[in-house]
Amino acid sequence: MKGVRAVFRKEFRSYLQSSMGYIYLVVFLVLANWLFLRGFFIVNQLSFRSFFLLMPWLFLLFIPAITMRIWAEERKLGTIEILFTLPLKESQVLIGKFLASLAFLGISLLLTLPLPITGAFLGSPDVGQIVGGYLGALFLGAAYISIGTFASSLTDSQIVAFILGAIICFALFLVGENFVLVTLPPSIASVFRYLGLGSHFDSIARGVIDSRDVIYYLSVIWFFLYLSLRVVEDKR
Amino acid sequence: MIEVNDLVKTYGQVRALDGVSFSIRKGEIIGFLGPNGAGKTTTMRIITGYLRPDGGNAVVAGYDVASYPIEVKRRIGYLPEDNPLYMDMQVREYLEFIGEARGLEGSELKESMDRVSEIAGISGVLKRPVGELSRGYRQRVGLAQALLHDPDILILDEPTSGLDPSQIVEIRGLIKELGREKTVVVSTHILPEVSATSSRVIIINKGRIVAEGTIEELERKAEKGETLYAVFRDGRADLERELSSLDFVEDFQLVSVDGDEFKFAIKPRGDEDIREKLFDFAVEHNFKLLEIWRERATLEEVFLQLTTEE
Ligand SMILES: Nc1ncnc2c1ncn2[C@@H]1O[C@H](COP(=O)(O)OP(=O)(O)OP(=O)(O)O)[C@@H](O)[C@H]1O
Ligand SMILES: [Mg+2]
Repeated sequence: MKGVRAVFRKEFRSYLQSSMGYIYLVVFLVLANWLFLRGFFIVNQLSFRSFFLLMPWLFLLFIPAITMRIWAEERKLGTIEILFTLPLKESQVLIGKFLASLAFLGISLLLTLPLPITGAFLGSPDVGQIVGGYLGALFLGAAYISIGTFASSLTDSQIVAFILGAIICFALFLVGENFVLVTLPPSIASVFRYLGLGSHFDSIARGVIDSRDVIYYLSVIWFFLYLSLRVVEDKR
Repeated sequence: MIEVNDLVKTYGQVRALDGVSFSIRKGEIIGFLGPNGAGKTTTMRIITGYLRPDGGNAVVAGYDVASYPIEVKRRIGYLPEDNPLYMDMQVREYLEFIGEARGLEGSELKESMDRVSEIAGISGVLKRPVGELSRGYRQRVGLAQALLHDPDILILDEPTSGLDPSQIVEIRGLIKELGREKTVVVSTHILPEVSATSSRVIIINKGRIVAEGTIEELERKAEKGETLYAVFRDGRADLERELSSLDFVEDFQLVSVDGDEFKFAIKPRGDEDIREKLFDFAVEHNFKLLEIWRERATLEEVFLQLTTEE
């Protein structure tokens, strides 16, 4: 546990200390606010639904950007050798890194809270939907982070890690979308719908927390974290 | 303290280690010597638990590295090759991270940090980002990191590479000092390093151990026979051409160049004393012979003999 905490602190600090961390944060917040306010002014109504529905697309750029350095940078600098000669298990290092990215995502989401709070003053927003939306965003984000971590474990180039992470997230998001599903025979379509990252997000974001969706996200997270653990263990 | 049995490691087609075995007793300072690509770094990475060998095993402080990596890593302080560091961390933050990861906390962590900052001479730069430090100071940070948990065993992979001469002397002094109470393995391909610090030398070449022993033992073991050294001024190209045509010279090599002065190591054919002949040769061809002397095998030559012949 102490080992995980040490890695967590180092990683989390590096987000808050690097200028890149702030740039990502600002870009994310500007885009999130813009998406929200656009709905507000154009349609002239407070729609949290459309705000949360755009979240997966925003994450598609934001999350690979915060995860790309996770292993690629350690490889590039050679510090991976320091990391893996400390008396820590590989899994402790991995979990510390994963949690730090999740915490950074959590902060980014927290900073969008003024939007719904403003909304609460202006109208009568659906609280259940907002809580569900944030929860869904957190689950989806965690799944993206584990995918991004996996992508970063494959290479020592942050750019490659970014592109790879975004592509895998995009592909896994896309397979469950309606316009893909209609092209498939129904039996396969239902499997794809379950595999797609997006469909599970929609139902949580609607405020419906189904254990199947939660289990789905936890499996995706576990699966990609496990893969990246295998890769960092084998690829020295 | 460290025992290595029949290590084999292959990277793709390259066999980096081909049956490496040696053992190191508690309290020794070992110079781990070999030319580029000999397998020093690979061996050290296996001992520290960073790499898994394809064959053989390493035992550190009684623990098999493959089975008890955490126990082994607790007992080793390691300075990897090229001293990798997190460039945007402050020195203090970096040491804190290493300390926490090694289970140090609170006042214990603080005392350890004070102690190693003192030893490594980095107390004045603790607030600076690592990336802004000079190379010498980075090396000290790397050393401080390796010493933080006061390990019994120190593994240092080319700790003086890239340092200026006075820094080299300092680091060597530090290593010697540390060697009083710790088991130290220092890899290098620079010979003076070995004679300056080590109690024993292990020489590796092409993934195999080719010799080990104290410096005197190795020098004594070396093939008898002398080398003649001669320093000339100017006319290097002519000189090299003429030297290769001499019948009393079996082989020669340019050892060093100092401005317009060239130092050659010359191997006579047979046991003959060729100093006079060489002098006459220089006079005859108008070469400016400045110095000439004989030397018996030094560690340098032992090393060259062991690592160049097939
Ligand atoms: N990651 C790697 N991938 C492929 N080959 C490698 C790798 N690391 C080392 N090698 C090869 O293994 C051999 C031994 O390398 P090693 O780094 O152990 O040598 P060394 O003695 O430390 O050399 P140097 O003095 O240059 O540091 C070399 O031929 C090297 O090219
Ligand atoms: Mg090396």
